[in-house]
Amino acid sequence: MRNADILRFARDATTAYPLRTSLSVLAMAIGVAAVVVLTALGDGARRYVIEQFSSLGSNLVIVLPGRSATGGFSPANAITTTPRDLTVDDAAALSRLPLVRRGRAAGRRHVRDQCQWPAARNTGRRHGLDLPRNSQLQDGARAFLPEADWNRGSPVAVIGAKIQEEIFAGRPAVGELIRLGDRRLRIVGVLKSTGQGLGMNTDEVVFVPVAIAQGMFNSNTLFRVLIEAKSRDQIEQVKRDAAAVLKERHGGEEDITVITQDAVLATFDRLLRALTAAVAGIAAISLAVAGILVMNVMLVAVTQRTGEIGLLKALGARGSTIRNAFMAEAAMLSLVGALTGYGLGLFGAFVLRQAYPVFPAYPPNWAVVAALVTSLSTGLLFGIMPARRAAQLDPVQALMKH
Amino acid sequence: MTVIELAGIERVFHLGDSEVHALTRLDVDINAGDYVAIMGPSGSGKSTLLNLLGLLDRPDAGSYRLEGRDVTTLSPDEQAAVRSRRIGFVFQSFHLVPRLTAAENIALPMMLAGIPVVERTQRVVQALKDFGLDQRADHRPDQLSGGQRQRVAIARATIMQPAVLLADEPTGNLDRATGDDVINLLEGLNQRGMTLIIVTHDPKIGLRARRQLMMEDGLLKSDSARPSAVVAST
Ligand SMILES: Nc1ncnc2c1ncn2[C@@H]1O[C@H](COP(=O)(O)OP(=O)(O)O)[C@@H](O)[C@H]1O
Ligand SMILES: [Mg+2]
Repeated sequence: MRNADILRFARDATTAYPLRTSLSVLAMAIGVAAVVVLTALGDGARRYVIEQFSSLGSNLVIVLPGRSATGGFSPANAITTTPRDLTVDDAAALSRLPLVRRGRAAGRRHVRDQCQWPAARNTGRRHGLDLPRNSQLQDGARAFLPEADWNRGSPVAVIGAKIQEEIFAGRPAVGELIRLGDRRLRIVGVLKSTGQGLGMNTDEVVFVPVAIAQGMFNSNTLFRVLIEAKSRDQIEQVKRDAAAVLKERHGGEEDITVITQDAVLATFDRLLRALTAAVAGIAAISLAVAGILVMNVMLVAVTQRTGEIGLLKALGARGSTIRNAFMAEAAMLSLVGALTGYGLGLFGAFVLRQAYPVFPAYPPNWAVVAALVTSLSTGLLFGIMPARRAAQLDPVQALMKH
Repeated sequence: MTVIELAGIERVFHLGDSEVHALTRLDVDINAGDYVAIMGPSGSGKSTLLNLLGLLDRPDAGSYRLEGRDVTTLSPDEQAAVRSRRIGFVFQSFHLVPRLTAAENIALPMMLAGIPVVERTQRVVQALKDFGLDQRADHRPDQLSGGQRQRVAIARATIMQPAVLLADEPTGNLDRATGDDVINLLEGLNQRGMTLIIVTHDPKIGLRARRQLMMEDGLLKSDSARPSAVVAST
């Protein structure tokens, strides 16, 4: 029997039983769609986190207060009581390192109590020149916070778009005064709206010079210091230098943690890839279930068409021809199911992206290939048994079952 | 020329502990172009014999030569090839594939044999004309009368131009008039040279054949071609 004829024969057989066919196609489609959508979610989460983290800058070295727990036990740790805070002076010392291009220090507090707008935060920044990544000032304003002596910040602020909306109801805000706690600050810039993200939303943030923030909260500790190496090759050197400088400033104690952006990125990347793979594995179970359903459907088909199989043998069909015809049928069910599921999955990912535009929910290629290959091979694998059963039927017995 | 030579054929079915001797010590030769009726009461082994002749079943003992070639020792695939090209089957219950049209049912043996589509279509068109089915080509079996169904089945059985046409109670599911039409059709094919073997328990049909084989309890009770020899052996 010619291959084209086997395919046509199998196609006619599947379309002759629409309910049974559509149910097994549906099962396979749900399995594949589950893999596609769930891996799109997992990989979307990974990309989102990486993107957000990369948006902090490049070649970054991150300095955090407190000893990293991964350093292992050392006698020095045991003696130390509380780690020393990271201060503005520490940040200034870091900025004088030769290989550092620039940096920013951040203190961060929720100021819900002091402020009349919800969940507003302030962030003090060193040098005061850079905008947060991905942000832009409205009205063509050029400068972010002015560069000034860190310890004597001028009473100015840059506010987010939502805060401008709520306080000034759309009127121009630059040049106006706002009260933040017990301070009056002049607005020098308004950030363009960036929309809802999963991390920090700059629409609801007020940026003030670090000295102002520290005065307001009566604290000179920093939440973190980000420093940027002049080039990629110098990241490790900067990391070592930063640790050394702070150790010296903190009386010989290693009470800060210095990590590189690359290391953090790599960790997140690994973690979220593993998560995606795990989710794909769980979703793949539904593919195995769908494969078993295809087997069930094919077994029913063999039983229901026993008379037909006997006839085909009487008309000169070889066992292998009958086996191929039934395998082709199983393959078609899986293939159509897999393609339908792929379409459904892509649509599901599209809907996710529409609902959460910041979330890059694209299924990774490996997951799509794996889902299609798995569904096809389970379909074929589970098709073998029914097809062999059909091929081995005794023609006389089969013909009597009509 | 003998087309079929059976010698010492035995076929035993095992039902639990008991043995059913469906065919016992069967020696039959059938000439090419002959018209043979196999008759006998129900359960006498007629269908078993026909299935053996059609290579759907294997004897437990004895030899079967078809067109001079021992076919009992062939592999399953070789037997399938013989069934495809040398043997045609007509069944009591027609055995048409319900989802296929009349034309597709007739083309089925050619499709299984791997004959190209163009040739298939030509031969099906001719067969539809020969069997008076031109108007029914695209009808499915459930849209055909019993007589039309059996005509489709006969067209299918002969489309590969087999040496032997085997019919097991071909009129069993038909009324008398339609049954006669079908028998006439089969006899017409026989007159054009095809060896025709019909199983029937209808004496009227049986007596129209050139030769009658009477079966009883798996034994050949009488053979109209060799009246004395067979009776003597039982
Ligand atoms: N597959 C089988 N298993 C057991 N016994 C069978 C089988 N096929 C036929 N027989 C027995 O063999 C005998 C002959 O059957 P069969 O050839 O069908 O008779 P007929 O066609 O003459 O009515 C019967 O007794 C029947 O019960
Ligand atoms: Mg019978």
